[in-house]
Amino acid sequence: MVLSANDKTNVKAVFGKIGGQAEELGAETLDRMFHAYPQTKTYFPHFDLSKGSAQVKGHGKKVAAALVEAANHIDDIAGALSKLSDLHAQKLRVDPVNFKLLGQCFLVVVASHHPALLTPEVHASLDKFLCSVGTVLTAKYR
Amino acid sequence: MTLTQAEKAAVVTIWAKVATQADAIGAESLERLFMSYPPTKTYFPHFDLSQGSAQLRGHGSKVMNAIGEAVKHIDDIRGALAKLSELHAYILRVDPVNFKLLSHCILCSVAARYPSDFTPEVHAAWDKFLSSVSSVLTEKYR
Repeated sequence: MVLSANDKTNVKAVFGKIGGQAEELGAETLDRMFHAYPQTKTYFPHFDLSKGSAQVKGHGKKVAAALVEAANHIDDIAGALSKLSDLHAQKLRVDPVNFKLLGQCFLVVVASHHPALLTPEVHASLDKFLCSVGTVLTAKYR
Repeated sequence: MTLTQAEKAAVVTIWAKVATQADAIGAESLERLFMSYPPTKTYFPHFDLSQGSAQLRGHGSKVMNAIGEAVKHIDDIRGALAKLSELHAYILRVDPVNFKLLSHCILCSVAARYPSDFTPEVHAAWDKFLSSVSSVLTEKYR
């Protein structure tokens, strides 16, 4: 799937607006994901997953930073996330289905914090972008 | 996901054998698909789906021909299947999940006919190849 020029514009606009709260949104995304999709918790046996946990906040910050990085290099997401891609392939090995779940939660978080921002067109562009990120992160699994 | 040289070689080698029974394997794969995953039949209200039906055999041939094309141009599957990709995007709109199901059925049919050739490595190569084909066929959906 290829991001059109419109898609890229939309994604950059979204991150332009939310960039400042990226960490907070990242943490909330994870929180929602652990609640709605409890099986995702199995990847974090070493974390305190209770509400407001510092570890979830810290991890949310990492996830958000990666998404911001990808949005900033939207013409070469594979290049920008190459190291993360290696990490997921060789160490983390998160089942690809979970990227969709995380992506969905992120969309919900953006929608709830910025309802006017997430028009149907922007929603579609952001979803395509998140799918692309997921694809890049699982590209080296085999 | 990219195919390594070894994987491409494995795909090409098995294809040489599969091609000799392509029509039969195509029809069998579709039969397996419709039997194990009845919802897939909804895409063929205009077909006679009974065993040995001429339409099943005809369609199986089409599917296997396309796969053959992809094998022949394994370094540029996207180019080789560009028209089919558009057909699926603008007219057929087969839900992407069904490509996994059909790919699975093709693997079963091939494994059943060439058990000693279908080693774990060859299986993995074929699965990656069919995943690539599926990606190409669904990439213009949005």
